[in-house]
Formats: sequence, structure tokens, C-alpha cells
Amino acid sequence: MSARLEIRTDVCTGCGLCTSACPFGALSLVDGTASVSDACTLCGACESSCPFGAILIRRTGTVAEGISGYSGTMVIAESREGAIDHSTLELLGAARAIAEAEGGPVSALLITSVAGDGPKVLSEHGADVVVVVEDPALGHYLTEPRAAITRRIITERKPAIVLAAATTTGRDLMPRVAKLLNTGLTADCTSLSFDPGKGCLLQTRPAFGGNIMATIVCEGTRPQMATVRPRVMKALDPDPSRTAEIVRIAPEPGELVSRVRLEGFRVLDEGIADIAEASVIVSGGRGMKTPENFSLLSEIAGLLGGSVGASRAAVDSGWIPYPHQVGQTGKTVQPRTYLACGISGAVQHRVGMQSSDTIIAVNRDETAPIFQFCSEGFVGDLFEILPALAKEIRRRRGSA
Amino acid sequence: MRIVVAMKQVPDTAEVRIDPERNTLVRDGVPSIMNPFDAYALEEGLRWKDALGGEVIALTMGPPQAEAILREAVSMGADQAVLLSDRAFAGADTWATSHTLAAAVAKLAPVDLVLTGKQAIDGDTAQTGPGMAATLDWPQLTFVGRVLGIEGGRIRVERYVEGGVETLDSSLPAVVTVLKDANTPRMPSLRGKMKARSLQVTVWTAADLGLPQSETGLEGSPTRVVRIATPESRSGGEIHRGSPEELAAILADILLGEGGGE
Repeated sequence: MSARLEIRTDVCTGCGLCTSACPFGALSLVDGTASVSDACTLCGACESSCPFGAILIRRTGTVAEGISGYSGTMVIAESREGAIDHSTLELLGAARAIAEAEGGPVSALLITSVAGDGPKVLSEHGADVVVVVEDPALGHYLTEPRAAITRRIITERKPAIVLAAATTTGRDLMPRVAKLLNTGLTADCTSLSFDPGKGCLLQTRPAFGGNIMATIVCEGTRPQMATVRPRVMKALDPDPSRTAEIVRIAPEPGELVSRVRLEGFRVLDEGIADIAEASVIVSGGRGMKTPENFSLLSEIAGLLGGSVGASRAAVDSGWIPYPHQVGQTGKTVQPRTYLACGISGAVQHRVGMQSSDTIIAVNRDETAPIFQFCSEGFVGDLFEILPALAKEIRRRRGSA
Repeated sequence: MRIVVAMKQVPDTAEVRIDPERNTLVRDGVPSIMNPFDAYALEEGLRWKDALGGEVIALTMGPPQAEAILREAVSMGADQAVLLSDRAFAGADTWATSHTLAAAVAKLAPVDLVLTGKQAIDGDTAQTGPGMAATLDWPQLTFVGRVLGIEGGRIRVERYVEGGVETLDSSLPAVVTVLKDANTPRMPSLRGKMKARSLQVTVWTAADLGLPQSETGLEGSPTRVVRIATPESRSGGEIHRGSPEELAAILADILLGEGGGE
């Protein structure tokens, strides 16, 4: 066996800390000492929870091979109609911070049908090198061509770290590339730091619906790959004096082949950010009562430059389409401000939004669970408060 | 159509609580369930089996008790159940998990379609579907909100992305990961329940899949969890009461002060 969990019964005090630390319920106390069941996945949560060092995961055979010769951080750029996504600029900000400790260059890979001023924007936001693969066939994102090109460029340029945004594009592309490169990938990270001692990227991400934070490393293979949740990292202010080296690489004909064809693209909510990328979300639940009442939320969202979200109850009632759903079976969001209107705050909703910076709740029922964890709670009738709020914002804007 | 639905048994994270005293995860008595997204994948597979004929095979990797979700799948209408279970699979990250599942799909050949949920609610990675597709060298269709049609060796789907919906057409075989919007899962039937009770679940080990130790479980996993922490728990903030106008004024202070975009 390559790894096993060992409990040192001579050291174990039977305190039980590990049994509550185990996300899989695999540990229990038997005759006053910890005991492990088949449900154990060797995740390591217990190892760090034990104050006495009584739990050890013995690992053998993890050989670090082929990690030399890799250096620097590569950012996978996303662009829409020639404009670089904000999430990409955030990745460059994160990559520059990593580069301080890692020492290698920051590169950006731009695969597009129209590079436009993309390379300049990437350069000004922190890239030392911009690799441009421009071809008319590389317009709308399709998995296979992007994966084939990305894989080749990574193999040729050997970055130690590869970052992409945890958008539907990044989360489609990166797992395919990482699997083909036989290397590790960590999903939807919310914090990254570099450990110069081990030469490892420490990748921290929420799991179990944000109830725990797991820090993950990729020690024995390169590159270390991660997708990063949009709106969490900070983009740097553009510095026009920065000039990156531009490297143009042509796609190979075989790389443009796709078994998937795009038949069409239907734009939803033109001009309004997807909730996964919005900095302000005005969200409605069962308390909204009718689909028409969502216009109250759209009005506030419009005034704040935000987007409209919803609880499962509202979506299942057919009041608003599924792409707006926040929560366990919808999207996980992390805006600066989350304004929850008529949402009770059931745990299935909470796990999708509890990482928001500020949570504001408006609800008639002061016993609603959301008042237990919101930053600011407003007890009252949303049908009175929201129109008054819209009026108040307009009044202040008008007098400003 | 021969359809494999890859699924995962997960703790019902909705039931997981934080112990506020010790700031640790309380998992006592938390039930294990079929990952909700996988239930939509299963329903989608059953619908296309109903329409086109063929069979649906429920597949999972996990400890012996994971067979509970396979029996649930059979009670809903799956025809076969395969459990990948071996101590050598323990500690698998998404690379090793998708590698192992892909080996099972290959062993089940010929397979026309692999369906799975967008992500599992415990890990939330969404990486296993694309990982399987990469290993099998099949096309992948992720974040699928609707399967529009399956005909002539091709599949048409709607894929939900930021700001819109793509309509995509792919050759089969392919791996498709589905969202909640795809359908409403059916209830188990009486006949299905009886079948599930007497069903012999096929159990495959690493040796059955011909996978060396270096490609499964912890040893086959490039990534490793080094630390688990509980985030700072949120406690309720200030509760405001008053007239709608008073409340609106305080709300405006907060919203415009903290990013109202003025």
C-alpha cells in the first residue's frame, strides 16, 4: 500500500478532536483511542487537527521527478471580442505577487482570433512575456483546440505555475490540460502563496460548501496548476511604462480540429455581469412572491451596477431563470456586497454566498436564519423598503 | 445507446455544521447522499434510454458503502451498477479519480455517452468530467443545462456560460456534465426498488482495471491536502428596525459607502 493512516495509540489521549475534524466521519473513539474506518480517504484533515501528533499518514513512493527546469508563472488569458477579461488582470496581480517569492517571469498566454491591444493590456498589468496565438479559427472558445495549444505551449515554455480564472472556460480547459500533462490542478482557489522553501504553491480553496478551507500543494509534478475564483485577487493598476516581450506562435493545423461545433450563442442579460463575476448582487427569495416583483431587485441592481441573484425557491417557482440561482445546486458567488431580499438563508443558499464580503439581509421574519450570519440585517417589509431605497439612492445621486 | 452515469456519494453538506466552541466541522450523524448534480445526470441518461433504447450503467468509485447510491440509481431505472472499490483508490485527487473512472468506462466499452454532474457538492471541483474526457480522448461538454437531441452518432446541447448560452454539437462518444436546469429527477419506482434490493453490484478493484498503484489513490495523485481549516465563522451583525424610510437611509449609507459606485 502506498499510504496509510497510522494512529499512535501510545500518544493518543482520546480527546476526540480528530473525530470532529474528519470531513468523512471516518474516525471514532474506540476504547478511549481514535480508530479509523474504511470511509477514510487519506485527506489529511485529522493529521493537522491532532495536537499530540498521534495521527500520521505514511506516504511512500511519492517521487519528485521531472520538476527541474520549470520556472515562472503563466496566466491563461481570457478575452471576449478582443477585450481582456478583468479576471485575467486579477490573475496577473496574483502572479506578480507569486513571482516576488518564486523568482521566475510572469507570462500570459493569449489564444484568440483578434489579439488587438490585448498584449499591451496584459503587459501593462504585469506580464513580462506575452505569448500570442492568433488565428481566425480561434474565436469563440472550443475546448479541444484551446487544450491542444495550451498543452503544447506549457510543454515548450515550462512554467512552474499555471493560473486560469475559475470561469466556465477556465474550469473546462484546465482539467483537460492538467490530465493530459499528468499534473495537479486545484479548483477555484481563493488564496495563493508561494513557499520558497519547498518550491511549492500553497493553494487554498473552500470545500464542503465553504464550511472548510483546504490548502493544497502539488509537490512532485510540474506545472502546478490552479483555477482562481474571479473577484478575489486584486488587479494591479496599469503601468504604461511596462513593455512585455511579445512572442507570436502559430497554431499547428492539427490543433484547430474540434469534434465539438458551435451552432449558436444566445446572449442573456446584455450588459449585465454574470452573478459569478458581479461585485454587487441583489438577490431575491421566496419572499419576493411574484416574478414581477423581481423588477424591484433589477432596479436596485441597476443603480448599484450589480446583478440579480435568486434562491432556489425563487428559481424553482419559475420567477427567474436558473443562471441566476445562488447556492448548492446553483452558483457559488463572492461579491463585495450581497443584498438578500426575502431570503430565509437556508444552508443550501448560505453555502453559495457565505464568502461574500458584506451580506445584507432584508426580511420580514426576524427569526429567519439569515439574520444569524448576515453583516447587517433589516427587519421589515421589502416591498416598502426597496422602493424607498431606490428613491433614496436616486435622491443622493441627484444631489451629489 | 449505452450510457454510463458517473456518480459520487457525498456527505449532505447542508447538514454539516460548525462547532462554534471548537471551530471544527461536526459531521456526526450527517447522512451520505447521491451528489445532487449526479441525480440530474442520471435522469438525463434515463430519459435518453427511454427515448432511444439501450441501457444505463451507474458507476461510482468509493468505499463499500458507496453502493447505496448505486442501488438508488437502479431503483430509479439504471440497468447495471459498477462500484470501483479498493484501498488502493483511497486518497485520490481529481487526476487519480478521473483516471480510475475512465479506465472503468474503457472496460465497459462500447460506451456512447458518459454523463455526470457538473461537480460534487463536497469537493466542488468540477474537474472529474473533463479529466475523464481527456483520459478517454473524447470530446467534453461541460456545464450543460439542456440536452437538445441525440441522433446519428451526435449530441446537441446547451452549455451555460458567463453571459449566455452556447448551442454545441458534438460527435459521440462524449463526456457531458449537467446542471440542475436539465431536468427533474424521477422518483424510484416500486419495480425499481425491488430490482435494487436483489441487484448484484459489480465490484472492480485496481487489478480488475489493470491500473498500477502509481496511477490510483494517493500515490497516483499529484496534489495533496496539507492543511484544513475552518473559515472564521460569521456571526450575526447589527439588526436594524424602523420605518421603511429610516431603513432605506441606513441601507443607502452602507451600499453607497461600500461600493455603490459613486
